[in-house]
Amino acid sequence: MAVITIDKVSRWFGNVVAVNDVSMSIGPGVTGLLGPNGAGKSTLIHLMSGFLAPSAGTVTLDGAPIWRNQQVYRQIGLVPERESMYDYLTGWEFVLANAELHRLADPAAAARRALELVEMTYAQERRTGTYSKGMKQRVKMASALVHDPAVLLLDEPFNGMDPRQRLQLMELLRRFGAEGRTVLFSSHILEEVEQLARHIEVVVAGRHAASGDFRRIRRLMTNRPHRYLVRSSDDRRLAAALIADASTAGIELDWTERALRVQAIDFEGFTTLLPRVAQQAGIRLLTVSPADESLESVFSYLVSS
Amino acid sequence: MNLTVVRLTVRGLLGRRRGVLLLVVPLLLLLIAAVAGGSHGDKHELAVRLLGTLGLGTLVPILCLVVGTGVIATEIDDGSIVYLLAKPLPRWQIVTSKLAVAVLTCWLFAALPVLLAGLIVYGGGGGLALGYFTGTLVASAVYSALFLLLGTVTRNAVVVGLAYALVWESLIGNFVSGARTLSVQQWGLSVGRAVAAPGEITAHLALGAAVPLLLVVALASVLGAAHRLAGLTLAGEE
Repeated sequence: MAVITIDKVSRWFGNVVAVNDVSMSIGPGVTGLLGPNGAGKSTLIHLMSGFLAPSAGTVTLDGAPIWRNQQVYRQIGLVPERESMYDYLTGWEFVLANAELHRLADPAAAARRALELVEMTYAQERRTGTYSKGMKQRVKMASALVHDPAVLLLDEPFNGMDPRQRLQLMELLRRFGAEGRTVLFSSHILEEVEQLARHIEVVVAGRHAASGDFRRIRRLMTNRPHRYLVRSSDDRRLAAALIADASTAGIELDWTERALRVQAIDFEGFTTLLPRVAQQAGIRLLTVSPADESLESVFSYLVSS
Repeated sequence: MNLTVVRLTVRGLLGRRRGVLLLVVPLLLLLIAAVAGGSHGDKHELAVRLLGTLGLGTLVPILCLVVGTGVIATEIDDGSIVYLLAKPLPRWQIVTSKLAVAVLTCWLFAALPVLLAGLIVYGGGGGLALGYFTGTLVASAVYSALFLLLGTVTRNAVVVGLAYALVWESLIGNFVSGARTLSVQQWGLSVGRAVAAPGEITAHLALGAAVPLLLVVALASVLGAAHRLAGLTLAGEE
């Protein structure tokens, strides 16, 4: 059982803190590393794959330090985000070279198996420089799997993939997770993570915002206070009607915007309340727009809660 | 040494346009040798200028700079080095494999043309061509190691290497005699002088000083590059 443990890890670049006092443990199964762009996901994956030294804290694989320890690569397969991969080699040559570098007993058989696994044998004689983004991703995946690693780390693996390729890769990762491998992938897209990982780790602005079962965290995200900007034919009357209901936490009359700023506690309750109240009072709704639906604001809420 | 690393490095170095560009240096040297060899002047003076000043002094360091940094800096820049480093391979094996490719390439594209140019211009007399050839063999091996190290240390390896080869060795070395002590070119010339007949090749450093310096710099470069690779960090996309 391969477990990556990040213990009180911080990493800073000059004055910029990329990862701040993060502790987490990644075990067998599929784990999603979720966070907005620039949150520190790649930094964490670089720390876990031995390509970055922690400024403070430790990163270990089954108790052994990962930094400056080449032996961990017997167990780790890494799929980096960058696409450069010896463009002058064919897919077969690339995966075979990776197998040889691992000094496997039968590199050709291992390369064949890995390419079959990612369904890339049909294009294995083509130069990787001619591959589409999705094909490159799958060949990178084959190179990471060629030595049958217990741990698979993938940095934004779905970037640039079309929906069919996305589904294929998800299916593959699910299978690896079910086989008992430790699979960690990073993403900034909530739906991607939702489809694949039961367990997620959320990072925001370099901090560990949440950890655990996806559904629990998703509920936390849905149930957070929502802010709306509402314009209507009679803002004052609408404000009075809304504040009477328990799903509304506060209302501000914004004179400059000529609109109501509403803070709702119960997301579902408010979305049914607003049209009902407006209809009953004979008020026409002109604008209803969520004010804080960006992923960043959702994540920020998780950090503060 | 690792044969897979050697194979990948050779294809990366010679398989693209750079392979054709590398031919420019030997062709230039041989062309000049062929043209100048037919002239009626002081052949010894001509050979010294061609093999020493142009060959060992200018073309060899430039070619070694392109090759020495080319075997590793490109992979570090585009991130593909990650596929070599994410393997349970000792880092010194990666460095020595890449260095072997760089050295053999420099010998083929720089040292051998120096020998041929010397034979065209001066023949085999006084061991002059052989002396410069030996000096170039030694110097290009150390240049390659040094520039390979530079490729792992800085993203501006070519600029720093050019500054060393052209400004320090060629310019400052001409005016400040002390600078010649720290000059790969001079170390190579010392070895060449020892091979050629007395008086054929001029060098400003004793062989007893040049050989240890050559060995120390080559070894330190390999160890330094291996150390750098062991702790190579990947710049994040974030």
